[in-house]
Amino acid sequence: MWIYEKKLQYPVKVSQCNPHLAKLLIEQYGGADGELAAALRYLNQRYTIPDKVKGLLTDIGTEEFAHLEMIATMVYKLTKDATKEQIKAAGLEEHYVNHDLSLFYQSAAGNPFTATYIQSKGDPIADLYEDIAAEEKARATYQWLIDLSDDPDINDSLKFLREREIVHSQRFREAVELLKEYQGQKKFF
Amino acid sequence: MEHEKRRALLRKLQEVDFVLVELNLYLDTHPSDLDALDQYNHCALEREAIRSEYEERYGPLMHFGHSSNRYPCGWNEGPWPWEI
Ligand SMILES: [Fe+2]
Repeated sequence: MWIYEKKLQYPVKVSQCNPHLAKLLIEQYGGADGELAAALRYLNQRYTIPDKVKGLLTDIGTEEFAHLEMIATMVYKLTKDATKEQIKAAGLEEHYVNHDLSLFYQSAAGNPFTATYIQSKGDPIADLYEDIAAEEKARATYQWLIDLSDDPDINDSLKFLREREIVHSQRFREAVELLKEYQGQKKFF
Repeated sequence: MEHEKRRALLRKLQEVDFVLVELNLYLDTHPSDLDALDQYNHCALEREAIRSEYEERYGPLMHFGHSSNRYPCGWNEGPWPWEI
């Protein structure tokens, strides 16, 4: 089971209302390499992965939900005081006519979230290499977001998230090594 | 002012939790590193002290029986994390 804790993993501050930046950040909410995809990917793969890696997938998957909440907080704070003019200027009218200012799992380009963003092969090496790639793609996305954002407070939180992707990638690489050792011990092939 | 104090205490909790999540993930791939295990258990105690101080002042962080609920300033009242 999961239990919610009423706090963010890392503080999220916003310098000023900026719906255009929110439109870009939604990539990490419902995009292909976003935090929802990450959480669902790992928490789904863990059931059939070898025992040595079950804990890691469970814990990283859980941390991804904390990241998802940070992104949601950024989007919420960047848009909550937006005027109709600001919404139009940011190109958020299409979002607004469907969702008002509520959040939605979609990419920056407006594609709705889909389970086809994630894989589950049942082959531990294939799954872990996918996980490493996912972390590296998320890290790159955070970098591109930081490059485009001029909100110093948002950038502080984005840098935290970027660093977490690096740590996750590192842990998944170690998991690959653990499995190689384990598979090397198996006698039947 | 009160708002700033709350954020500062929350920050303390976030800092110790950062150390804990780092050690947690590290121990997932290095389960026999006893120094890291020691550090983890030490930080868990430190966390417990900060958690109870925070909850005493600002209300429960968790529900489902993991924190004691109360009235007023209980679980069901804001600010929620995205509102702080
Ligand atoms: Fe991650």
